[in-house]
Amino acid sequence: MDLIARHLSVTLGQRTVLTHVDVTLRPGRVTVILGPNGAGKSSLLKALAGLIVPATGSVLLAGQGVATLPDRERARRVGYLPQDAAVHWNVTAREVVALGRVPYRTPFAGPSPEDHARIEAALIATETVALAERGIADLSGGERARVLLARVLAGRPDWLLADEPLASLDPAHQIDILDRLRGVAQAGSGVVLVLHDLAQAARIADDVLLLQHGRVIAAGETAGVLTPEHVAAVFDVRVATLPGSAMMVPIGRIAR
Amino acid sequence: MSRTLRLGVLTLLVILGFALSLAAGKQWLPWGSDAATAIFVELRLPRALLGLLLGALLGLNGAVLQGFLRNPLADPAVVGVSSCAAFGAVAAILYAGASSLGVFAAAMVAALGAMALLVALTWRNADAVTFVLAGTILSSLAGALTAFLIAIAPNPYAVAGVIDWLMGALTDRGLADLARAAPFLIGGGVALARVGPALDALTLGEDAARSLGVRIGRVQALVVLGTGLGVGAGVAATGVIGFVGLIVPHVLRPLFGHRPSALLLPSALGGAALVLIADSLCRLAPGAGEIRLGVAMAMIGAPFFLGLLLRRRARAWI
Repeated sequence: MDLIARHLSVTLGQRTVLTHVDVTLRPGRVTVILGPNGAGKSSLLKALAGLIVPATGSVLLAGQGVATLPDRERARRVGYLPQDAAVHWNVTAREVVALGRVPYRTPFAGPSPEDHARIEAALIATETVALAERGIADLSGGERARVLLARVLAGRPDWLLADEPLASLDPAHQIDILDRLRGVAQAGSGVVLVLHDLAQAARIADDVLLLQHGRVIAAGETAGVLTPEHVAAVFDVRVATLPGSAMMVPIGRIAR
Repeated sequence: MSRTLRLGVLTLLVILGFALSLAAGKQWLPWGSDAATAIFVELRLPRALLGLLLGALLGLNGAVLQGFLRNPLADPAVVGVSSCAAFGAVAAILYAGASSLGVFAAAMVAALGAMALLVALTWRNADAVTFVLAGTILSSLAGALTAFLIAIAPNPYAVAGVIDWLMGALTDRGLADLARAAPFLIGGGVALARVGPALDALTLGEDAARSLGVRIGRVQALVVLGTGLGVGAGVAATGVIGFVGLIVPHVLRPLFGHRPSALLLPSALGGAALVLIADSLCRLAPGAGEIRLGVAMAMIGAPFFLGLLLRRRARAWI
């Protein structure tokens, strides 16, 4: 089931943050949205998740408008991991993961056997079983990131959209989270990430979507999009590429 | 100790509080004579039932508001409903003759009007900060208007009645008061009890909650409706009884965990037990009259606030 943005424009208050975005995202692949600060990356991700009603155009999932799907139906299909990793009460890690099953719960009823099984599977997949009974506030940043990822996995969404899932993680935990997201894509779900680290983007992305000033500059397979020329045009930086890989490192600023 | 066992202990406390409320008074456990039976059926029983429902509603409402606003200091006073209902009641007492039905109706109208204003002020911007700001505005406005009404009151005797009434109490509340308030207290409670899973999702923030299928607007509508009906009816029937909604979820959080929905039932039970026991103790205080329940709760509540402050300084979570 492709996730398709068609002539998508988004305004927040008076400000237009996305203009005529046309893009087709495919399941089973990791798509990374890249762009400088203020390019509209987070807004695009929220619009793809059906959390922002577009000013014009639409986001289609299997031919249906995401923003007009019934809320529970949308929640079952599209998982969204916000950039804000704050959890407002010191609930246990297991309780956080259980929230991934909210779209399947009914009021006044406890979790079903399937809910329990999915929660357990998500804890195992993120290696957080040992943390399950600890308070979320008592975990380290890396542990918390894994628990929050497990929360989305517990819902088994067709699409997993994550906004800066690597923010505030050290390199080892960044690679750890990326590997797990890669696993989600290999299992058949679509994975869409907002990242700002070019090297990590090059490492994980099958497809890249380059945004600048709310417009798509380039989109497609990583090798074709993440070129030094494109990066220079969008980020105003010179990059060095590592021989034999798509990895690139910014090495200097281009004056305009 | 398991959750079930803890709930059992709380239920036992409610039953004890209820029994105490039936038995306690200047006339200890009236039974036998006709007059005693009348005291029991027409005064003690309605008073105990009203205390039970009101306490449960206030405890539940505190837990819901703290979860909804993600703020451990939230209680019904924060959204302005208590002060607005009190303003309605004071207006009725001073200017429309103080029939208890009139006071009840005026307080209910003011409470629901305040909640409608709250919805209008937070329309399309349902985040917690806007909600608290709007509630604070309503609360201050109602407080100022109440003071203004008292200042220009034509009848000084009525003012004494108002001051007495503003510090709520269950004293002399009969079957008629119970019958008027109960449907609103129960209806408000049902509306509030429905938002449990949504409050859990809100621990992850509003965007994540919406992505989980939670409709924030609907949750806010239920919270506002439940608070308006329940707390409005509570103030309308008994006057302002504060601090129950603040204290109870705090005391129970270490015992039942931080998950908002897991706190709703315990908070309802805890609120009922607290109000029933406190009201009974008010009656047993020495002297000719009773201590007003609102005064007693404030005397418990203020030191409790201080304790919270000190604990909050000591660690991140309270």
